[in-house]
Amino acid sequence: MPNPMHQFEIKRFIDLEFLGVDASFTNASLFMVIAIASISFMTIWGMRGRALVPTRMQSLAELSYEFVANMVRDNVGTDGQKYFPIVFSLFMFVLFCNMLGMMPYSFTVTSHIIVTFALAALVFIGVTIIGFATHGFGFFKFFVPSGVPVALLPLLVVIEVISYLTRPISLSVRLFANMMAGHTMLKVFGAFVVGLGVIGGWAPLAFMVAFTGLEILVAFLQAYVFAILTCIYLNDALHMHH
Amino acid sequence: MDPAAAKLIGAGLASIALVGAGIGIGTIFGNYLQGALRNPSAAPGQFANLLLGFALAEATGLFGLVIALIILFVF
Repeated sequence: MPNPMHQFEIKRFIDLEFLGVDASFTNASLFMVIAIASISFMTIWGMRGRALVPTRMQSLAELSYEFVANMVRDNVGTDGQKYFPIVFSLFMFVLFCNMLGMMPYSFTVTSHIIVTFALAALVFIGVTIIGFATHGFGFFKFFVPSGVPVALLPLLVVIEVISYLTRPISLSVRLFANMMAGHTMLKVFGAFVVGLGVIGGWAPLAFMVAFTGLEILVAFLQAYVFAILTCIYLNDALHMHH
Repeated sequence: MDPAAAKLIGAGLASIALVGAGIGIGTIFGNYLQGALRNPSAAPGQFANLLLGFALAEATGLFGLVIALIILFVF
């Protein structure tokens, strides 16, 4: 059986070194460039007409804008609208990376923990800075839940701090694990189809078709979850609801 | 015990985390269906929450799978 992990291998296309750091142009870089190029193409080229009755491309760009704008408005509120660009960029980047990975022979950028962790760390550090910039040292009150007995506070504050600090880990591992597990499973069942041949291969093939549909749903859902959790964290930092 | 065998057993044990994910996903969809049948007009409004809950529950099981893969490939 072929190794199902082989698909995640990083191949170097152009060797580059920047200040002693290996910054080679790899297949991961290539698919990130493709994702950024297709997002820019969809939004910029789609909106070139600025028609009142949108064309298909324009309505695609408008729909994605509306979708993320509603998400930000519902979860952060109107004063969160100034953070719309970062949420939109994160959502579209994760969505396009996930969806590009669903194409055969392509590479899933988000199936590498370092990519998702970099995105999650960006969110975490940014949200923490926003929290301290908005509330000053009052942001530490975020870790003190209201309405609990004083005797329990030392325990709860520690738990709150730990749960806050694990946010970037859970945010990144969620996306990475979903992508990696899904693609590994597709490869394993693909090997079953080949292994069982023309006679027995139909059963895993039917499962594969259904599972590919589920994977496309998961690819969208994980981008959605990533964006909505970013919104929830932003809301916590801006309003400190508890 | 042979360390290679212990590694495989550990990875298998870590995959038990998916039991919890299965229970969680079942609970979420079951309760959504129950609520949707009681009040069908309110169901579409909660569809986004349903998908969010599904994704969050599924992810906790996959954390266990990640631990299994770390045991297999890192150590």
